[in-house]
Amino acid sequence: MSNEIAILGAGMHPWGKWGHNFVQYGVAAAREALADAGVPWQDVRFVSGGATIRCGYPGFVAGATFAQALGWQGAEVNTSYAACASGSQALAAARNKILSGECEVALVVGADTTPKGFLAPAGGYRPEDPDWLRFYLGITNPTYFALYARRRMDLYGDTLEDFAAVKVKNSLVGSKNPRARYRKCFTAEDVAASAMVADPLRLMDICATSDGGAALIVSSLEYARKMGKGDAPRVAAISTVTPTFASGVVEMPDIATDSAAAAGVEPHAYRASLPIKAYEEAGIGPRDISLAEVYDLSTALELDWIEDLQLAPRGEAAALLRAGDTALGGKIPINVSGGLACFGEAVPAQALSQICELTWQLRGQAGDRQVKGAKVGITANQGLFGHGSSVIVKK
Amino acid sequence: MSSKPLVPAVEGWHTMTAKPHLIGTQCKGCGTYFFPKQSDYCRNPDCESTEFDEVELSRTGHIWSYTNACYKPPAPFVAHEPFVPYAIAAVQLETEQMVILGQVIGGLTVDELKVGMPMELVLEPLHETDNDIKVTWKWQPLAQ
Repeated sequence: MSNEIAILGAGMHPWGKWGHNFVQYGVAAAREALADAGVPWQDVRFVSGGATIRCGYPGFVAGATFAQALGWQGAEVNTSYAACASGSQALAAARNKILSGECEVALVVGADTTPKGFLAPAGGYRPEDPDWLRFYLGITNPTYFALYARRRMDLYGDTLEDFAAVKVKNSLVGSKNPRARYRKCFTAEDVAASAMVADPLRLMDICATSDGGAALIVSSLEYARKMGKGDAPRVAAISTVTPTFASGVVEMPDIATDSAAAAGVEPHAYRASLPIKAYEEAGIGPRDISLAEVYDLSTALELDWIEDLQLAPRGEAAALLRAGDTALGGKIPINVSGGLACFGEAVPAQALSQICELTWQLRGQAGDRQVKGAKVGITANQGLFGHGSSVIVKK
Repeated sequence: MSSKPLVPAVEGWHTMTAKPHLIGTQCKGCGTYFFPKQSDYCRNPDCESTEFDEVELSRTGHIWSYTNACYKPPAPFVAHEPFVPYAIAAVQLETEQMVILGQVIGGLTVDELKVGMPMELVLEPLHETDNDIKVTWKWQPLAQ
């Protein structure tokens, strides 16, 4: 039996720092997705929301909040919180509901309103909370991104110019995306002139936090065929696996890795494990991938993801970048939406926004950003506390 | 120099000796080390032990990676005014097979660090209160 579901509609509220209530972004994205799908709201029998933890109780029950805002019509609801993978987990819940036959068509939606500046922990004296502790000791989010970036430089010979080239590449294509927050074309000189935040990463190497909303209408293949949309892009795989003990890479917000000292225990890298299940589930290999949307929290991290997705051998992503292979028109375009570099992060919406881009690309509707002949796309993201995801969408 | 007493910023996480050690635990069942201390359940999926020994971790290791903080972190970090950037190292301990983060001693910049460089653990002030000076572990290049 096929584990596939159809993506009938995609919608996004533009990313920005709008300062509105998150519900407004979610409703706008949902209505765009519904219109795109040609599905009446009353026909949606399951609403799966990605939670936001920064917007009070309505954010914790986001699925119900969006359902109420769109008008209660008796659908069942779900809310998923999985840090940066929240959207993928919400999509997985909708897929389960559809594949079990309980529902034919579902709305998956996530939205966020973000505060300004560093994301800081809750107050008090709480050394038992690793997130509190690392801030007390002076370790912020960019610290982790910088540790990974520096390792690339010392191990593989990546340069500051390589990292800047990722920003230049993503800003060029992002300038053509009306939903992106930052639409200026930056140069390598712009990046080099921005302030150093966490050596070797400068301000323009690191993504911002944004407001935004993204939504998908998904259905059974049968429902899609009945609608005359049997050729709609399909979700071929969703991986939301946890890390495997022992983690060999120090991950936000931890102060230390697991110990791999016990017999039979080996250090593992979490990021690289995420796409493995997705490839297996889809029966698709890295060679079949037309394009990828990856979580470029930093410019250097995009290069790590390219290798984690097995689109380049370990240590060779910068060579692909230098050859222009990861740019629009290249062999394996990465982040043709503009990526987090141009969007900034809106946590519960971000994983869904990656899938929205793949949907438009596979339909051939991406305009100036279109990857020619795109047939299969993959997403990848990672967040706090063992959450991450990788989703494969195919024609 | 202040005559205030030196106290650990976080109680029980390291010894206060001249050659300090981080204090972790080791599972009596499988030998896995934990830092911060884990004393209730072992996180090795093949081990169900609930018994642990408190142990001093190796005080030397090699740099896994490094960076610095050029901007003042938000609270609960207590910054000097004006803010002075500091380096940060992730150091791999061989016996424990784990990587531990910490600031690098004051005055050292990233230009003086390299992946693989041997480092040792020392204590340095993190911040001062009205009553005492809070110290924490920091990494410094191992004296050859």
